[in-house]
Amino acid sequence: MNVFNILIAGVGGQGVLLTSKIIAEAALLAGLDVKQSEVHGMAQRGGSVLSQVRFGDKVFSPIVNEGEADLLIGFEPLETARYLHFLRDGARVIYNTRPIGTIGVSIGKETYPADIHETIKQHAPAAQAFDATAAAVTVGEKRAVNLVLLGAALRHLPIDPAVVEQAITNSVPKKTLEINRKAFFAGKAQA
Amino acid sequence: MTKAILSGNEAIARGFLEAGGKVAAAYPGTPSTEVLEILSREKQIHAEWSTNEKVALEVAIGGSLAGVRALACMKHVGVNVAADPLMTIAYTGVNAGLVLMAADDPGMFSSQNEQDTRHYARMAKIPCIEPADSGEAKAFVRAAFELSESYDTPVILRTTTRVSHCKSVVETAEPVAVKDRDLANNVPKYVMLPANAKKRHLLVEERTSNLRDWAEATELNVVQQGTTDVGFIANGVAYQYVREAFPDAAVLKLGVTWPLPEKKIKAFAATVKKLAIVEELDGFVEEQVKAMGVTVHYGKAHFPPCGELTSRLIHESVTGKPLVCKAPVPGLIMRPPTFCPGCSHRGLYTVIAKLKLFVSGDIGCYTLGALPPFSSMHTCICMGASISAAHGMARGLALKGVTQKPVAVIGDSTFLHSGITGLIDMVYNGGDALVVIMNNDTTGMTGGQEHPGTGRRAGGADAPKLSIEKLCQVIGAKRVREIDAYNLKDLEKIMKEELAAPGPSVLVSNQPCVLRYKVAKKALGVDRKTCVGCKACLKAGCIALSFVAEGKTGYAEIDPLLCNGCGVCAQLCATKSIVEPK
Repeated sequence: MNVFNILIAGVGGQGVLLTSKIIAEAALLAGLDVKQSEVHGMAQRGGSVLSQVRFGDKVFSPIVNEGEADLLIGFEPLETARYLHFLRDGARVIYNTRPIGTIGVSIGKETYPADIHETIKQHAPAAQAFDATAAAVTVGEKRAVNLVLLGAALRHLPIDPAVVEQAITNSVPKKTLEINRKAFFAGKAQA
Repeated sequence: MTKAILSGNEAIARGFLEAGGKVAAAYPGTPSTEVLEILSREKQIHAEWSTNEKVALEVAIGGSLAGVRALACMKHVGVNVAADPLMTIAYTGVNAGLVLMAADDPGMFSSQNEQDTRHYARMAKIPCIEPADSGEAKAFVRAAFELSESYDTPVILRTTTRVSHCKSVVETAEPVAVKDRDLANNVPKYVMLPANAKKRHLLVEERTSNLRDWAEATELNVVQQGTTDVGFIANGVAYQYVREAFPDAAVLKLGVTWPLPEKKIKAFAATVKKLAIVEELDGFVEEQVKAMGVTVHYGKAHFPPCGELTSRLIHESVTGKPLVCKAPVPGLIMRPPTFCPGCSHRGLYTVIAKLKLFVSGDIGCYTLGALPPFSSMHTCICMGASISAAHGMARGLALKGVTQKPVAVIGDSTFLHSGITGLIDMVYNGGDALVVIMNNDTTGMTGGQEHPGTGRRAGGADAPKLSIEKLCQVIGAKRVREIDAYNLKDLEKIMKEELAAPGPSVLVSNQPCVLRYKVAKKALGVDRKTCVGCKACLKAGCIALSFVAEGKTGYAEIDPLLCNGCGVCAQLCATKSIVEPK
């Protein structure tokens, strides 16, 4: 298959890296070549975090170029908007509507964009949005936003859902598997 | 043999085990940290967090001399710290294989500069090899040990952030059986007195000549046939970008960037109409190729030395045709990193900002005190520089007749890495600065590694717990006090007292890292009935806080999912409106 490009954007601490890890693992299980890119260190302290996953018959660069992304999974509206220009025409977007303030907002120097959902809609008319944070809290684990969003994005992934489920089992610690699976199915039900 | 998705760092750790490595030492530093973290889980080898990179390399040198394969890992700037032993182990050579893994950070995702480690290879006259993905990262570790032992040389295994932190498919194998060597007992070879070193230098030059021949023959440098309108020479992740941008072009992929295979390069250049050399950071290969008399059509003039390259940039630079892309959504506010909710650094900087102190900073999470709303760090140079620089500042200011006691802010791991020598120097030389050691019982910024102050080794085994306060006392510091960084009133009082006192003062905060130790206090809330909307709490600079405008004023709000209940903002509230929710 041609290379499929996924961007996963969020805020440090939201668990973006686990979602990309699971997708990469699923691609491997599906017999594809895969590369995943992420950044550690300072950016993780509440800053913007972007993870990229590319899979297909043969993948060279680990980095998605502007205009190439097939799917954007946004953990937070502002971080979703930040990467919209990476989408190709007809790309899919699924994102969490729950905003997280920036430090600039928290100290009263900046305002969180009130029209963020309209902005996203304008650039990606088919974008799907829901409160993944609320879904995670309902499931009983506020940190499981990542699995909720993975579940919601499932039908846009060109990988067999059963393989994705297997990838979850392979990727999360055993003691958190049950809650993560619950979150995953809660997300799947949203899509 | 099984397939797995590994990061470059995971693959290097795997490669070390498969190559029969026995001693590994490192100091944490993004993007190198994970190699040693993974190795520390292996009980059959010795893997340690060393106090700094110089120590790590020396431990690895000792392992090599003992007769077992050894590895030292560090980020690019760590090589500066380790440069002293590196330059001379290059003369003595090794016993069992010795590899220095150095991770560069083009784009400076988590670094203070963009230095290019390859210059060290040339300066030390030792080979530098560079994998381009995780599969190569694993294979190159084995190749590096074989090279090290065949040519009696330490080898630099250089990665960049995208090699270390990108994941790709790797086939794992069983470890090879490596025969340990005898302890190196050879005084003329290993004792670098001038008389011995003079003889060794001759051998170093001879070795370089032999390594040049090796570089011509090794399979680490490989030509991929293709179209020859423009042929590419590339190394590391830049090779992947070239293949992405020009999948059909001829490429000479360099797995060895020092020394270069001159004949191979000239032969390749002769087969292509135009030659492009694509490398991140400095034009290290390009300069040497030009010195060979080869014409380079596309080089650093097209592919900038600052930041990362991309396949798009390479494509555009070579074709001269910009790809049509959508513009980013305009006007979006940025999201810089910030202290975690509940972090003890927040309390310290709230007081420092209030007192408008001049801060000599250091490398760690507390470097974020340089950003708003605190904007309370005025210099940050390298690991450990805060104390020595503050000492020099204090002396310089005194000579100018200025009465101002500078403040050094440093973390526990950084203090033990190289801040301690600065403190010894300041005490010894009659310094007059205030040193604040933010001991959060971990190496925080790199994800929470052990160090001598945590009382645990890499892998979690118990270790003697170093007391920072006692250490400062035996150094000779007379004024050493513990502080509670969450108690703003007391902290301010203590800081004022110590700023007024003559001579060096050391304040030590011992609050644990909330991230590493999963400290989760009950979230606070704002009492809307009493909040007057004065925004004083926002000075805490916490992402759990926000302000909701309403009419002429408004009110503060706390996100219960983010708040960690540290109470710093509550102490800034004059109306006591920040309370535990009923």
